[in-house]
Amino acid sequence: MRRLTYVEALNEALHQLLEGDDRVIVMGQGVTSPWYVGNSCIGLIDRFTESRVLDTPVSENAVTGAAVGAALAGMRPILVHPRLDFMHYAMDPIANQASNWHYMFGGKLSVPVTIWGIINRGGEQGAQHSQATHSIYAHLPGIKVIMPSTPYDVKGMLRASVYDGNPVVFVDDRWLYRIEGDVPEKRYKVEIGKGKVRRKGKDVTIVATSYLVHEALSAAEELAVKGISAEVLDPLTLKPLDEGLIVKSVSKTGRLLVVDGGWSSFGAAAEIMARVAENKEIMEIKAPLKRVALPDSPAPASRTLEKNYFKRAEDIVREAAKLVR
Amino acid sequence: MKKPAANLPRSLDGVIRDSVMRMHRTMVTIRTVENTVAESVTKKEIGCPCHLYSGEEAIATGVCANLGKDDWIYSSHRSHGHFIAKGGSIDRLFAEIYCRESGASKGRGGSMHLSSPEIGFPGSSAIVSGTISLAVGSALAFKSMKTGRIAASFFGDGAANEGVFYESLNLAAIYRLPMLFVCENNLYSTHMPIAKCLADTDLVKKARAMGVRGTRIDGNDVVGVFKTAKKLTDRMRAGNGPEFLECMTYRHRGHVGPNYDVDKGLRSKNELDRWMRRDPIDLIERRIIASKLATGKELDDIRANIEVGVKAAQKKAMGARWPSCRSDGAFVYASWRDGE
Repeated sequence: MRRLTYVEALNEALHQLLEGDDRVIVMGQGVTSPWYVGNSCIGLIDRFTESRVLDTPVSENAVTGAAVGAALAGMRPILVHPRLDFMHYAMDPIANQASNWHYMFGGKLSVPVTIWGIINRGGEQGAQHSQATHSIYAHLPGIKVIMPSTPYDVKGMLRASVYDGNPVVFVDDRWLYRIEGDVPEKRYKVEIGKGKVRRKGKDVTIVATSYLVHEALSAAEELAVKGISAEVLDPLTLKPLDEGLIVKSVSKTGRLLVVDGGWSSFGAAAEIMARVAENKEIMEIKAPLKRVALPDSPAPASRTLEKNYFKRAEDIVREAAKLVR
Repeated sequence: MKKPAANLPRSLDGVIRDSVMRMHRTMVTIRTVENTVAESVTKKEIGCPCHLYSGEEAIATGVCANLGKDDWIYSSHRSHGHFIAKGGSIDRLFAEIYCRESGASKGRGGSMHLSSPEIGFPGSSAIVSGTISLAVGSALAFKSMKTGRIAASFFGDGAANEGVFYESLNLAAIYRLPMLFVCENNLYSTHMPIAKCLADTDLVKKARAMGVRGTRIDGNDVVGVFKTAKKLTDRMRAGNGPEFLECMTYRHRGHVGPNYDVDKGLRSKNELDRWMRRDPIDLIERRIIASKLATGKELDDIRANIEVGVKAAQKKAMGARWPSCRSDGAFVYASWRDGE
């Protein structure tokens, strides 16, 4: 099988979507700049021209509204916000318009838009160039939120979101871009709403999102050395969440550690824990449910503070070991 | 309607008689609906908040008379007039205001959220300025599909206080989109007079500053609105980019509900009376009679006829089925998948 990096797989998905369907357009800030949004958009403008690859000004609110309006009118727009921090400006078209449109009008029209926001942090970028705000969007009814973590999944899930028929917020992470994996050349979809078991185990269930799936897998290796067998789950989609997969695993292990790159309070980790806590099928919980997520504090700049702030495999190992011992 | 005798004039100010009479009919329909809604709100038969369009009828009517079913208009919280002028069903409108299953949005939307895509009315939003960027996006789609269709957004002067208004004008200008911005300047943003909201109240100037051609007109003169909108939409269909149309008008009733906001001290009786004397329906009826397009008696008959239809629609809505709670969860997500 062919090996591609995450960003190469993402770029291939964009090329295949544009070449296969005239309704697909790619828009957003920097899509034709010399940096091509971390190289994810490289080659698009050369093949598909300005009419389908629109570099937009920093007007996140209007540009996102325009993507929603284009989707209503029959296009399949993919809109990128190169930093999630700036996507706060786009909250009205996402939270008031796109999320409500199908319900509010009794199912008359749907909004097949893909809103792609990138977590871009580290390197002393500070509080406004670091945020992982995926949970905010998962709070909204009518929106789907996907966080593909591998090259294979990002290629298939981007395609699935373009053809989903609903507004999909697709969140990825620049720390994923260099990760390699097997990726078929053909076009394919990876189903939204289905998670995957990344590693089988019996002592503790670790549910990790996005980049932290890879940290959790490293942690599981270390835990194995310590004699702890960790099962690593990757939900891939935050909303609608594959609750069944998580319930099945926790029913087996009796222990849950959720690892998420967002803030701890009211976030994805909190929701996943709540689903497990509420579930009546899980007969035995052997240890208190636990999460590893960001402290309720803005991101720092200084590298010494950053090192402590962002979570890594060692944090997962420490907390998982506490649950089992 | 009887055929006019051969010696009667066939047009008013260059607009053919049929168009004038059709627009008159639309305006009277809107007014009759709004008066009926006002009574029903007062009687507490209608629960959901209604922002009435009385006094502004000439704008939606004159603009939409230049649009086809394939052209899309987006509306705001004050949506009834736009819905009717675009050709929406009065039955479905009333049923939605009464929040019934047979409503335009199946009782999920209410007065502020009407939709009828088959006539080019994708929806109305309660967020001030909220649909302007959506219309820009639809215009982008229409341009990209090379369809010749245009998109419009109707909004009030209050929208000029939202940042997305300026962003949207700019986007439409840089992409040269077939996008018509229709500002219904009724001089108030909820309770606040425009001069307290905007340091500079010249909205056309703001549109021009964003690179969009701007035109200000009397929004109570339906023939004038029709003719100007025709000129602008013709230019847009020829590929000349977006247009901003500011229509000066006045809402007869308060921001929301059947009252007049004079009792609350928000506007003076004097001001209201002055605008009532410029009622857009009175204005067009006087001109129709003066130019002998129809007689006063004929206009009385038209009004009476419309009244019967509107009352019937209202009655039907009152007796219609409520949405069932068993349907909770329906419509949150679209269940279709794009075939490919």
